[in-house]
Amino acid sequence: MSSPDDLVGTSLYAKREAVYPKAVDGFFRRLKWAIMAVTLAIYYVTPWLRWNRGPYAPNQAVLIDLAHRRFYMFAIEIWPHEFYYVAGLLIMAGIGLFLVTSAVGRAWCGYACPQTVWTDLYQHIDRLIDGDRNAQFRLNKAPWGPAKIARRALKYGIYLLIAFLTGGAWIFYFADAPMLQQQFWTGQASFVAYATVGVLTATTFIFGGFMREQVCVYMCPWPRIQTAMLDENSLTVLYKDWRGEPRTHGLKKSLDTSVETGDCIDCLQCVQVCPTGIDIRQGPQIGCITCALCIDACDKVMAQVGHPRGLIDYCTADDAERERTGGQGRPVLKVLLRPRTIAYFAVWASIGLAMLFVLGARTRIDISTLQDRNPLYVRLSDGAIRNAFTVKVRNMEDRPRDAEVSISGLPGAILWQAGGDRAAGGRTIPVHLAPDSVTKVRLFLAAPAVGAGHQPIQFHVRALDREGGSALDHAYFERSGTGE
Amino acid sequence: MAENKRVDEPTGTETVGHEWDGIEELNTPLPRWWLWTFYATIAWAVAYTVLFPAWPMLHAATTGVLGWSSHAELGKQLAERDRQMAPVRNAIAATDITQLPSKPELWQAAVEGGRAQFKVHCAQCHGSGAAGGKGYPNLNDDDWLWGGDLKTIEYTIMHGIRNPDHDETRLSQMPAFGRDGILTADQIGDLASYVRVISHQDPVSRAARRGATLFAANCAVCHGPEGKGNRTVGAPNLTDAIWLYGGDRDTIVQTITNARYGVMPRWGEKLGPANVKMLASYVYSLGGGEAAPKSQLASAGSANVPANVKP
Repeated sequence: MSSPDDLVGTSLYAKREAVYPKAVDGFFRRLKWAIMAVTLAIYYVTPWLRWNRGPYAPNQAVLIDLAHRRFYMFAIEIWPHEFYYVAGLLIMAGIGLFLVTSAVGRAWCGYACPQTVWTDLYQHIDRLIDGDRNAQFRLNKAPWGPAKIARRALKYGIYLLIAFLTGGAWIFYFADAPMLQQQFWTGQASFVAYATVGVLTATTFIFGGFMREQVCVYMCPWPRIQTAMLDENSLTVLYKDWRGEPRTHGLKKSLDTSVETGDCIDCLQCVQVCPTGIDIRQGPQIGCITCALCIDACDKVMAQVGHPRGLIDYCTADDAERERTGGQGRPVLKVLLRPRTIAYFAVWASIGLAMLFVLGARTRIDISTLQDRNPLYVRLSDGAIRNAFTVKVRNMEDRPRDAEVSISGLPGAILWQAGGDRAAGGRTIPVHLAPDSVTKVRLFLAAPAVGAGHQPIQFHVRALDREGGSALDHAYFERSGTGE
Repeated sequence: MAENKRVDEPTGTETVGHEWDGIEELNTPLPRWWLWTFYATIAWAVAYTVLFPAWPMLHAATTGVLGWSSHAELGKQLAERDRQMAPVRNAIAATDITQLPSKPELWQAAVEGGRAQFKVHCAQCHGSGAAGGKGYPNLNDDDWLWGGDLKTIEYTIMHGIRNPDHDETRLSQMPAFGRDGILTADQIGDLASYVRVISHQDPVSRAARRGATLFAANCAVCHGPEGKGNRTVGAPNLTDAIWLYGGDRDTIVQTITNARYGVMPRWGEKLGPANVKMLASYVYSLGGGEAAPKSQLASAGSANVPANVKP
């Protein structure tokens, strides 16, 4: 049994070892640059895209209008009661991650995750201001002096600027971007806008500038979920130890044919370029985000020493086994197209298609009725019974529409609008619908006293313009109940 | 005890010196920050009881140096609310009630204001949904004793019904035909039969024919020759489906015998003209409001009254 004494001197806390990744060039580095450029461009440009929706709706292409509870995305407008579309998108995103993970492993972590993209950006700032890996080492060790203070101030200043631009761009998704920008600089934006920018600036500054790979290793649940989803056919970044071992130290020895050597010359380039500071040669591990920069670094060295590329490479566990025993790896396409990935894709695509279908078929007009409960019914002087309803008609089009509300299921019924005259009533009531909003009308409904006490009726709404569209709501006509 | 204090080996902490069956207590004092927080709360409490009402005395609690009270606070909030509502209230007060419906914002404010006040002043008799009860008119329907247009409703609420100490009140009195010996019990029975016929509840009978003559002599002066009522005196229409006290035979006999004398307070003096306008707007909006005052004596057409019971 362990006693408390055993714990003395043991700490559960591991101090972070700073990572100074070395600059590298190669196919995957360029791919990462391209993806960074595209993702950042999407993030910054999207809120500024305009989309003409006419005079009754905002003309921002992508807008999450929390104040008015609308979500605009190009030609699509989503009301709060249609939030299942957003839920569907989230489900698609989830299954999309399954699909990506089972096919190409942790590609999300390596290329597209905001934490990766911003960390990459910040590490590039480090190299820009402090120099490459060794210079960063030296500067970190150097005593504080005016030069170091100046460099640090400059670097943190740029950190802060990027963080501010990151947080600042976020709020434009929630309000008209050009107007909000003007308000923001003149101090007229809402407190929430400033608070959001402040919080996101702080998190970006801290996560991207300082915590970096610790977010991936300690905070993010996704790597752990992914390790459960990877299988022997998923692509991972792998050091091919059967080819690399035994390692030699230095080029000379590796070219010496008298001793048996592997291709790895232990130059440590793969370790030095790693943004999370791991040694890929120790095998797959939670810290490996599969950014593939070590592949670039290793390929370069292999070319220099005259060995074929791919000592470190994308490889599935299955192929690794095959190659280890002298076989050939399968072509990439074959690895990607297998039942599991196809099944994920099928599920992902069918959800998307189903949502598109529902989106295309949805009606843009709706009706709901609320009956007066106090009093439930009123006897009129001619003996007829009157019920009162508050009818809400929802016009989801960005233009005013004319429609009519009608009643069915109640013989001898007369419908008229509050403030109007029963004598002028009928079975339909014209209503003018305000654009992109819910129009409320109060209706009276009279019918003979003889009939069921709780009679099912239907309220219909029908748009009178060319596009048309209709909806109905079920309600009840209440009388004294005995059917006298 | 103190001599038993010793340093506990595994933790390096001193014990407090107690020992019960081999169980000892380590002396782990409260953290300094905790202690200071505790002192700060004590200081806070003392200052609070000095500044704000706190200590219960014989008749009332201490008032506190700041003189703050929750009642005064409420008064302030009410005054602030009144101040906010003043523009709308003044606008309603300055507008003739017949003009209110043509000003949607004012009209809505009036109806909603009336709805709130109805719950306070009127619901006791007329019910929270204004559906009334026996002796208290249902304000949702289209039957009115004194008239259902805005101006008339406003007047009724303003001056009340049968307030003998008020000159402008709505006033009328039905004779107690039975109690005062004007008619005999048999005659009252005949009258009731006639009323049941003109309200389409009973078929024509011999008693009803006798009642028709009595009606013309005793009742038509107020209720009209066809029993359709007269709003100048608040005489109800006896031919419709709506009964204030009940349309069954027993109740009609009771009504003719003892008469009815429903009263309503006048609200003008208590609530002021703006509030009365709001109440009138609300009552009007319930569904029975009439666009304009109807002719005082409903005489047009007599098709509803069976011809063979005409006197």
